Amino acid sequence: MAMNENTAQTFQPIAARKAPTATEGPVAWVRINLFGDWTTALMTLLVGAVLLWMLPQVLSWAVFRAAWAPDYEACRVDGVGACWGVVAEKYRIIVLGRYPFEEQWRPVVATSLLLFMLVGSCTRAFWKLWVLPAWVAALVIYFTLMYGNVLGLEKVETDRWGGLPLTILLASLSMMLAFPIAMVVALGRRSNLPAIRTVCTVYVELVRGVPLISVLFMASFMFPLFMPVGFSIDVLVRVIIGITLFAAAYMAEVIRGGLQAIPKGQIEAAATLGLSYWQTQRKIVLPQALAMVVPSIMNNFISLFKDTSLVTIVSLYELTGALSLALNSDANWRPFKIEGYLFIALIYFAFCFSMSRYSIWVEKQANKGRMR
Amino acid sequence: MAVPIIVFDKLNKWYGNNFHVLRDIDLQVALGERIVICGPSGSGKSTLIRCINRLEEHQEGRLVVDGVELTDDVKAVDDVRKKVGMVFQQFNLFPHLTVLENLTLSPMWVGKMPKKEAEAKAMAQLERVRIAEQAHKYPLQLSGGQQQRVAIARALCLTPKIMLFDEPTSALDPEMIKEVLDVMVEMADQGITMLCVTHEMGFAKAVANRVIFMDQGQIVEQNTPTEFFNNPQNERSKDFLSKILGH
Repeated sequence: MAMNENTAQTFQPIAARKAPTATEGPVAWVRINLFGDWTTALMTLLVGAVLLWMLPQVLSWAVFRAAWAPDYEACRVDGVGACWGVVAEKYRIIVLGRYPFEEQWRPVVATSLLLFMLVGSCTRAFWKLWVLPAWVAALVIYFTLMYGNVLGLEKVETDRWGGLPLTILLASLSMMLAFPIAMVVALGRRSNLPAIRTVCTVYVELVRGVPLISVLFMASFMFPLFMPVGFSIDVLVRVIIGITLFAAAYMAEVIRGGLQAIPKGQIEAAATLGLSYWQTQRKIVLPQALAMVVPSIMNNFISLFKDTSLVTIVSLYELTGALSLALNSDANWRPFKIEGYLFIALIYFAFCFSMSRYSIWVEKQANKGRMR
Repeated sequence: MAVPIIVFDKLNKWYGNNFHVLRDIDLQVALGERIVICGPSGSGKSTLIRCINRLEEHQEGRLVVDGVELTDDVKAVDDVRKKVGMVFQQFNLFPHLTVLENLTLSPMWVGKMPKKEAEAKAMAQLERVRIAEQAHKYPLQLSGGQQQRVAIARALCLTPKIMLFDEPTSALDPEMIKEVLDVMVEMADQGITMLCVTHEMGFAKAVANRVIFMDQGQIVEQNTPTEFFNNPQNERSKDFLSKILGH
């Protein structure tokens, strides 16, 4: 109530009070979000009922009636639910593909090292100059372990690499290589020099105009036709180059979107301070542009991670391909594909979900200056 | 007139083919002189001062800044930019860098100054604009007036001979205009050459040696502030003054 009591001489601030109804805390959350009005309440009850009806059935199939032992006879008994035995029996082929059985410790160690470097590089502690030589060393160790042919390690051709290690290798190497290319192409598309601008535009439009599967096909089958006789590049290398160039084109467009959002005043201020073109890009434009497009870039990374499953068409058996390989060759286990697919879906989800969580963290770090 | 530090000689500039934004500008600015430029919007005031550090290119005539003629020669432009500081209407601080990093950026990367030294210098400038306690905040955490004072300190870190102000108080809340003008008045007392586009007539009276009135890309009238405000010579200036002082 506004009381007009002619108190013009002194300003008396009103003491702060609590809000009349609570809007924070678990009880308030339930009240507002689940039973806000009668339609919301009705939907809550409806969805709740469906969940209550389905959950027991799902649990019964996946847990209570499931067969866990690697025994396909047990899975065929009537009334048995999920046959997780297929995972117990075939996990080594599903996860590691056609890599020679006796040597499978090598991809495990190599991929653990790669994952360690990847996860590490995502944290502040690794953002130092020594991370570059560390990466070179890690990649040398990685390929030595995987390929062998030295130090008494048996040689394993790249077409036998497979499963999860191959998925991780393809995705991470392509991402790492595509990122700098994408930055250069994005800057190139905004260059003042028409030649550079045209080259970058043509590249992006050409690559975006074809599906990844045909890029892989070309990399694998057409590219060797143009090479001199007796000269060949390993299929894995060709595929990595193909995925890299494909991903870089999409990423370049995302980064260009970020570049366009930087106000002209930022570049003018940098110019008046005497910064050169490259200094301006490196210190002012790219840090802000990249911070803005973190969610989209991560989106690209996640879809790239799953797109690697297309390399099956050029006979490289990454995680998805390895699953088909494991089950198609074995008539006893072939009926239990669903369980196999659920298993690799879980693996894909774990990776993609971590990437998405990480992206939220990076976003927070990058937008520090915007927080009040 | 003392030795001129800036010379405009029959300078002309167009935007595109048809928009003749600066027409036959002849202007000499003496070392240490403080000039206020005013005029209606679209009269070319901002474009005029932006030519001095070549944020805008002119097509005809000559422009010489501290003995260096501005041409397409990149080295000449770099040379001039080291001598000229600029403050913008929209502050244009770098939002992803702290206040201190905004100030040390150019000394460290352009001036190749060691970090310690650059920070000491930056802190001295922040003291000067009375905002040293905010050094580790990000620009967007500051008020508009504080941001503009940081922008002034950033320009001063280059120890420029000339300072350009492009409507430095136009984007500020009324309560904050004074703190920015106070800093600018102090700078004026220290003898730096200043060109300031502004409609703060009080500031012009207090600080300027000369007021320049522009309209339609031309310098219509220039005079001392007292003469200009009390006894404008041109009908156009009279009309303009009656509008901005009329209420």
